[in-house]
Amino acid sequence: MEQEKVIIADKLTRKFGDFIATNAITFEVSKGEIFGFLGANGAGKTTAMRMLCGLLAPSSGKATVAGYDVGTQAEMVKKHIGYMSQKFSLYEDLTVKENFLFYGGVYGLKRKDILDRLDQMLQRLELEHALKTMVGDLPLGWKQKLSFSLAMLHRPEIVFLDEPTGGVDPITRRQFWDLIYEAAHDGVTIFVTTHYMDEAEYCDRVSIMVDGVIEALDSPENLRKSFNADTMDAVFQELARGTSTK
Amino acid sequence: MKTAISISNVSKSYKDVQALKNISFEVGEGELFGLIGPDGAGKTTLFRILCTLMLPDSGEARVCDLDVVEDFRAIRNRIGYMPGRFSLYQDLTVEENLEFFATIFGTTIAENYDLIKDIYVQLEPFKNRLAGALSGGMKQKLALCCALIHKPDVLFLDEPTTGVDAVSRKEFWQMLKRLKEDRLAILVSTPYMDEAALCDRVALIQQGEILSINTPEKISEEFQGTLIAMKSHRVYELLTALRNHPLTVSCYAFGEFLHVTLREASDAKQLESDIRAQGFDDLEAHPVTPGIENVFMQLLKQSAA
Repeated sequence: MEQEKVIIADKLTRKFGDFIATNAITFEVSKGEIFGFLGANGAGKTTAMRMLCGLLAPSSGKATVAGYDVGTQAEMVKKHIGYMSQKFSLYEDLTVKENFLFYGGVYGLKRKDILDRLDQMLQRLELEHALKTMVGDLPLGWKQKLSFSLAMLHRPEIVFLDEPTGGVDPITRRQFWDLIYEAAHDGVTIFVTTHYMDEAEYCDRVSIMVDGVIEALDSPENLRKSFNADTMDAVFQELARGTSTK
Repeated sequence: MKTAISISNVSKSYKDVQALKNISFEVGEGELFGLIGPDGAGKTTLFRILCTLMLPDSGEARVCDLDVVEDFRAIRNRIGYMPGRFSLYQDLTVEENLEFFATIFGTTIAENYDLIKDIYVQLEPFKNRLAGALSGGMKQKLALCCALIHKPDVLFLDEPTTGVDAVSRKEFWQMLKRLKEDRLAILVSTPYMDEAALCDRVALIQQGEILSINTPEKISEEFQGTLIAMKSHRVYELLTALRNHPLTVSCYAFGEFLHVTLREASDAKQLESDIRAQGFDDLEAHPVTPGIENVFMQLLKQSAA
């Protein structure tokens, strides 16, 4: 693996009043790495991710993403990353083509470049026929794959995926991971959150957040060894238990 | 075992989309029955019909031996329903939500407290918090309490654990296990295959059709072919190499391993040596027992073909 660091978080902290949502987290992610960012609901993952995407200013500490400071160069960070969230990525009442033209336009891409790239992406997904379909009429699995392609439209160095695979069937979930593997193989860095513990195994390295702090960070294999567990699920249960009642 | 839910030949269409195609099955008293399938399979449509919120186009369904069309009012008093989307009042507190649901069913929290006690003790420290401010796992627990507070005979849970973390999911299922000991019939849907294994029986559903109904153990036995687990540190390259090999029927990531389906057990040695010859020196390979997820994926592929 290449050693170039594309995400560097150094004591990154965010407080909301007295509540410390993300508490001095420190870690690095290398170029082309698939980095799994795990934690129970409410552990502080979303807050950390929002800071890394330049959407929320840190209270203290710092982080650079693609070489830009998330606090002082948030706009540059946003240009160099892609972001996909389970809750919202595509406009349901626009067609696939309209969504891509809109997002491409926001990123300042030329119409022809957007359409060429869309064409390639739909071919790869075997969804050419969906070009003029309203996004709201597409099955969830297709939407997820299209959202991922959309996040990759402006060729970002890093993509942030927030629970990208919730609610779909096991084959569609794996097809989505094929896209992730492929992107990582091409040198794109993947930062992903998930509640599926088998997906945690697909990552090169995994961090587990508990109450705002990173409690563990290593390859799935090393985590399983150090926790004397057979699966990442067992590691997660061991670490995150006790926080779920908050 | 007394029948709590019986569905026979139920169909339902929306315009030109057939959401349910001739669905039939029964759920017994005290049974935890899982409806397993992806988004768009028809699970929610079936829940709505059984909860008397939607009429079937054809077929018949009975809940607590009452007809979902004729006796809808009576059914509504006997069932608890937790819809897929969080449907409590976000701007009411935890306690206010629970009180509201108790009141509309003409009961009180105190009267049925025993039923929800184990779950509610975890919520009680936050009883004055607005429901909208709870974490995902806590919202699900509150929704379950609200669905239980009138002491229903049948519980309908539509994807109660989607988006909920692995620890809270496990706790949620422990609660379901306890509830069924009180003879409650539970119909629960989920996209998580590890949860399917915790049900007494499951129905695998895809595009409005039931692919298989059985106990999780029996479903696992339906797997066709031989399953091999393989591993190398070059995951993406291995996945590509295996998929391109003529002996491979299918290959998918499965936790730390890749699962390869072969037609014959005797193909395994050949495949392994071919792959090793392609430069995968660290290749690990061993046979594995198929689980419900393997079978479901196989059935999905067959029904799509």
